[in-house]
Amino acid sequence: MNGAQDLGGMMGFGPVRPESDEPAFHAEWEKGALSMTLAAGACGLWNIDMSRHARETLHPAFYLSKSYYEIWIAALEKLLEQSGLVDGDELTAGERLRPGKPVRRVLRAVEVPKLLAGGSPYARAASAPPRFAVGASVRARVMHPQTHTRLPRYARGKLGTIEAVRGYFVFPDANAHGRGEDPHWCYAVRFAGRELWGAEGDPTLSVTIDAWEPYLEAAREPA
Amino acid sequence: MNQPGHSHSDDRAHGEHGGSELSDMTLRVKALETILVEKGYVDPAALDAIVETYETKIGPRNGARVVARAWIDADFRARLVADATAAIAELGFGGRGGEHMVALENTPACHNMVVCTLCSCYPWPVLGLPPVWYKSAPYRSRAVIDPRGVLRDFGVVLPQETEIRVWDSTAEVRYLVVPMRPAGTEGWSEDRLAALVTRDAMIGTGLPQVPGGVPA
Repeated sequence: MNGAQDLGGMMGFGPVRPESDEPAFHAEWEKGALSMTLAAGACGLWNIDMSRHARETLHPAFYLSKSYYEIWIAALEKLLEQSGLVDGDELTAGERLRPGKPVRRVLRAVEVPKLLAGGSPYARAASAPPRFAVGASVRARVMHPQTHTRLPRYARGKLGTIEAVRGYFVFPDANAHGRGEDPHWCYAVRFAGRELWGAEGDPTLSVTIDAWEPYLEAAREPA
Repeated sequence: MNQPGHSHSDDRAHGEHGGSELSDMTLRVKALETILVEKGYVDPAALDAIVETYETKIGPRNGARVVARAWIDADFRARLVADATAAIAELGFGGRGGEHMVALENTPACHNMVVCTLCSCYPWPVLGLPPVWYKSAPYRSRAVIDPRGVLRDFGVVLPQETEIRVWDSTAEVRYLVVPMRPAGTEGWSEDRLAALVTRDAMIGTGLPQVPGGVPA
């Protein structure tokens, strides 16, 4: 969806502000935002693509004015409510009003090292060979789904080159909406800076995105 | 990080990280935690274990170890470029946020820089949690259209002819930049080299430190 999360190429936010000796957390509550997001996710009621969609569907004015952990908390509350784990009146009251419901799994401290060290690989067994070979010219599709996608707006309609075949990966556009993993081939696709940004673009720049096959079509024009 | 001339810690006093809303967030997050614990969905000890992991065990020193090894061991470097996930696992690093790693080699002709324009994708097992600026709108918006301007914000100026390759982490692939080994470090140990490798050098917004403390 064309939400506030799709920031590439926007202007007016001012300079990047690096921070010297930045701590892992800037406030105690940020520790809760991180750890509750991971631990509640382990209950198994949503996946990472649903989490991202919960963040990108926050109002753009909210998204652009809050810190990233504030966005995480707002999205976590949304996921908890959508999944029926916590009710809206409980979030408003700031306290439990009803007993909890059974969940598939509750993450225990002893399981944390294994959870974090194991991760969640997104590669699946391929059912067909990749359609595009390294070096092929492709055009990113022009598409504006109201649902989740990982094709950024700045690349849509642009001509690029297959740089690498990354793997046969879970497809976020389906997985974010409970339509299963629907895996597809995913490619690194390289775009010249001037293809993306026009004649005034930096001639030394290229931008590479990772794009699933449904985002791409064969290009007739030479690269 | 630790590069001269751009400390912005004073900005924190002006709401860059939430400012006056911090106390509201403290109450809101505390209430949410109480609800989740009382409903039996999360274990407070697990929350503590997650925080402790990212505060003390997983951070950019892991990535610095990978880069230093690549600088002194050509065979390891070749394996890192061919299959970064497997090569990084040789050093004991991997897992959440680094399931599908790719290493990007900087050369005199080409500089790599990593961003996630759509959210905050970042190679956690080798770099830890992303810094605030990496997740911020200024970086995510500008890295893909004006990387040289972004580099200037970090005090980094590259030659005009240097090719700049920006990698937007739009899938579950995570990128680690392997910066160039600074001159004057011939014969250095892996430990000593690792100390030169800054977090920003592995994102591509910085360069390694050089002997004497000035960025290369």
